[in-house]
Amino acid sequence: MSDTLTGTATEVPDYPMDRDARCPFAPPPQVLEMGEAKPLSRVRIWDGSTPWLITGHAVARELFADSRVSVDDRQDGFPHWNEHMLSTVHKRPRSVFTSDAEEHTRFRRMLSKPFTFKRVEGLRPAIQEVTDECIDAILAGPQPADIVSKLALPVPTRVISEMLGVPYEDHEFFQRHANVGLARYATAEDGQKGAMGLAQYLIDLVKKKMENPSEDAVSDLAERVNAGEISVKEAAQLGTGLLIAGHETTANMIGIGVLALLENPEQAVLLRDSDDPKFIANAVEELMRYLSIIQNGQRRVAIEDIEIAGETIRAGEGIVLDLAPANWDATAYPDPDKLDLTRDAGQQLGFGYGRHQCVGQQLARAELQIVFHTLLRRIPTLRLAVPLDEVPFKHDRLAYGVYELPVTW
Amino acid sequence: MKVTVDQDKCVSSGQCVLNAAEIFDQRDDDGVVVLLNENPPPPQAENARKAAAACPALAIDIEE
Repeated sequence: MSDTLTGTATEVPDYPMDRDARCPFAPPPQVLEMGEAKPLSRVRIWDGSTPWLITGHAVARELFADSRVSVDDRQDGFPHWNEHMLSTVHKRPRSVFTSDAEEHTRFRRMLSKPFTFKRVEGLRPAIQEVTDECIDAILAGPQPADIVSKLALPVPTRVISEMLGVPYEDHEFFQRHANVGLARYATAEDGQKGAMGLAQYLIDLVKKKMENPSEDAVSDLAERVNAGEISVKEAAQLGTGLLIAGHETTANMIGIGVLALLENPEQAVLLRDSDDPKFIANAVEELMRYLSIIQNGQRRVAIEDIEIAGETIRAGEGIVLDLAPANWDATAYPDPDKLDLTRDAGQQLGFGYGRHQCVGQQLARAELQIVFHTLLRRIPTLRLAVPLDEVPFKHDRLAYGVYELPVTW
Repeated sequence: MKVTVDQDKCVSSGQCVLNAAEIFDQRDDDGVVVLLNENPPPPQAENARKAAAACPALAIDIEE
């Protein structure tokens, strides 16, 4: 292939790409085609730079776990999500999302206490109770009902609010502000408004908990501030991350997951009729694989040259690890376009992989396992109340999903 | 089978306990891996391998 400047400039496709409206669950067709040809190739992003797009499952796993791949967004060549992230890069304190190695480990361990496997197992009765209350309200209310506002948002929001010690009454405030910050193409100005409002809210909350701690995750962070380990701003930044990641992503996964089950009724029956916790757990992994809702690629930069799959990623070059095509890599998952709850989806990359893999993954798993199974059991005649092509999808958010999901039964 | 863990590498994902709760645990205050049995019996070997493959930090090493 010719490597002249003009040659590459015209060949490099723009990223992100659009989905095919007829296949709303599938990754964009162009990204799948690129993945079939090679596990990594160049794309052009919003600022004109041309980072590597990783589409292969094995290469993605390898790079996620490679210590020469950095999440430090202040490094030259880092492929920022959008203008907002670039414009705030020197204003945002270092966090678990943007630090490497020992510094990352220090932040990560401050956050991990509420999310250990056993702690989350202990929360299952509470998650079940919240889920049942939401479904009671749906059954008692008018039809059609919106699954997003009645189930997908309230369950994870109530659970994370309680874990963090954020008053649930404030959920409208933090949902609105989190929404602005998660716009896929956020301008500098939009993003700034959302980020500032939420940051100030968390700063105030950390200060409150420094004086009046209780048994929750923000109090744990406040205790670290009191001990001089981190600043108030850092604690607020970590708390903001947990709050946003703790409800928005799971909510999207519930909404679009219910839709995927309604569109694959034979799979929904398998899940509904199973009493095997292992089957239910794997079903959620398969839904995570199939839907891969984090749609903007995990952003990294190489800090040394890396030889991989016949290519050389040079130090200072951007890397975009796109979870959806990696989870639809036919060499890892045959017939990837089929939702098949009976396949072993154990190595799915929906939570990422490597040191930065989702902190709240065990909580998300427990919530998803309980919500999908309980909903199918309690409302077995559940069906979509509008044609599929009228369901509004979140093409413009960092996390894919549906804005609303009207159902009847 | 001999299992070793690297607590410095561990990122507290909980994947080891999810896959093999009979072999691994997590510290209560920061979720760091605790090895319960470095010589798991043959019936537990498959779970140990799964845990090592699932560990996002590559903090579990297995000698067959």
